[in-house]
Amino acid sequence: MSAVPAAPLPASAEQVPAADGVRRPDLGLLLVPPRARTGWRLVPARVLAMCAVELQKLRHDRTELYTRAVQPALWLLIFGETFTKLRSIPTGNIPYLDYLAPGIIAQSAMFIAIFYGIMIIWERDSGVLTKLLVTPTPRAALVTGKAFAAGVKAVIQAVVVILIAALLGVAMTWNPLRLLGVAVVVLLGSAFFSCLSMTIAGIVLTRDRLMGIGQAITMPLFFGSNALYPVGLMPGWLQAISKANPLSYQVDALRGLLIGTPAHLPLDFGVLALATVLGITAASALLGRLAK
Amino acid sequence: MTDDDAASRDATNRAAADRDATGAGTDTGTGTSTGTSAGTGAAAGAAEAVVCRGLEYSFGKPRAGAARTKAVDGVDLEVRTGEVFGLLGPNGAGKTTTIRAITTLLPVPAGMVRVFGNDTARRKMDVRRLLGYVPQQLSADAGLTGRENVELFARVFDVPRAERAARVAQAIAAVDLVEAADRLVGTYSGGMVRRLELAQALVSAPRLLVLDEPTIGLDPIARTSVWECIDAVRAATGMTVLVTTHYMDEADQYCHRVGLMDRGRIRALGTPAELKAQVREQDPELPHPTLDDVFRHFAGRNLGHGQEGDFSDVRRTRRTASRVG
Repeated sequence: MSAVPAAPLPASAEQVPAADGVRRPDLGLLLVPPRARTGWRLVPARVLAMCAVELQKLRHDRTELYTRAVQPALWLLIFGETFTKLRSIPTGNIPYLDYLAPGIIAQSAMFIAIFYGIMIIWERDSGVLTKLLVTPTPRAALVTGKAFAAGVKAVIQAVVVILIAALLGVAMTWNPLRLLGVAVVVLLGSAFFSCLSMTIAGIVLTRDRLMGIGQAITMPLFFGSNALYPVGLMPGWLQAISKANPLSYQVDALRGLLIGTPAHLPLDFGVLALATVLGITAASALLGRLAK
Repeated sequence: MTDDDAASRDATNRAAADRDATGAGTDTGTGTSTGTSAGTGAAAGAAEAVVCRGLEYSFGKPRAGAARTKAVDGVDLEVRTGEVFGLLGPNGAGKTTTIRAITTLLPVPAGMVRVFGNDTARRKMDVRRLLGYVPQQLSADAGLTGRENVELFARVFDVPRAERAARVAQAIAAVDLVEAADRLVGTYSGGMVRRLELAQALVSAPRLLVLDEPTIGLDPIARTSVWECIDAVRAATGMTVLVTTHYMDEADQYCHRVGLMDRGRIRALGTPAELKAQVREQDPELPHPTLDDVFRHFAGRNLGHGQEGDFSDVRRTRRTASRVG
């Protein structure tokens, strides 16, 4: 045991053999704390940190990427191809498969995000969340980082679905600006749904309950949106639900950007941005419950 | 006594002699700042790394007729700058709750907690910049490499991009994981994960390293390697170490001072040598008391008997033990 207090090494310490002949590692940088980032730069820095982690994880293990591609592929291949031939859903001059593809992109992104709260609970149980909460990261910045990390995952998933749709002959735009818009829409939508999931996680606190609630709300959100059919075909009460459902605005924007249907892009972006801000606020307020 | 026990006792005696010879644990706590350049504001020049006064914390909602579980019941504590302080006690004693209040994870509903002069209730961000924290669970992300795990903490502590790689490399070298740094953490042993967590905590140059049961579930060799790592890093950086454990032999060997905690209260406080001397004086039937004897003497019961934490305490402990294999 060393004497206390120990004298710290000078910051410029070189790696030199000690008296016992063993080479000690240079710890010079570990004696100087990094300069704190303050103000508006804090949140983007934390968001980038969390997104980088998601990308690193995907780089090491792409299994999730492949397995998650199966369901949207089946929706497009079976449901899309069948209903295109049936022509039972009126979509104007647009083939039903083309009409469906943006809805399936939004659906697969939502499915990724809506169960993100399970990851937060897993991180709570494994101590990762606790450790992050002891860093100089405001809770809102941590939630924003996690939300956009879910968004990054969803964007990669969206790229996979777009490629599958292109292979099936869906006529989509390849305009880079429009595709950038698609990425922003997917990012915002996923950020909202992951915040919704983290909010529920902060209320129910256990994986089992969150899983049950996640499954209970996923299908109503999906079928209560314009992902599969035009809002005009819905009964009045479902149209009201659809108007309050952020997924509808996400699908509307994706359709407008990808296949050029009439869309309300400013309204869509505005609703998604507002929903994301509200989601971050709610999830941040409840994150502390997970730390107890 | 087994050979292992004898060896452990010899090591303990050597460590105690070392501490006595250097005067560790007998200083007054003033003027012991090691002068690392970390810290902001009130932190500068604070002689005590941690001060708790009348700290209380209860779990459960205050409802009429329903009793709240008092996890911490009026804890007074001072951790001196530069020392290794051990908070000892059985599961459910209140150690982890105390640690969570010190690390700003829990609010401080009654009492006061200061870290290098910063009130944890008012200056959370300043306190967090001074802390390195290793929770009881194995908290490294198994889906990332060791280097990526450390990089994440370099990023969230705002290490500039220009020095990030070098700082991360130094933190990894400090815990002797250079060769395993680019392997996925899922392939690490329990002891390696613990050392990696130390690297994650060290990358921000903390002034106070807080370790919650760092050796739980590890085999004796891994336990020794983790403690040697902590000791070497502390000696090199001069940081203060606050550690909780229920392994009395470890505390005896590696801590300068210990606080024995039971049922939410500190039952005894001092250097292991001082506490043993007190027991020797008060109980002539124990000429060579161990810290277990000291605990029994001050808490009035054996360590490991009675109520040992609630379901979640035990589940967390077993989960960690299971993960370290």
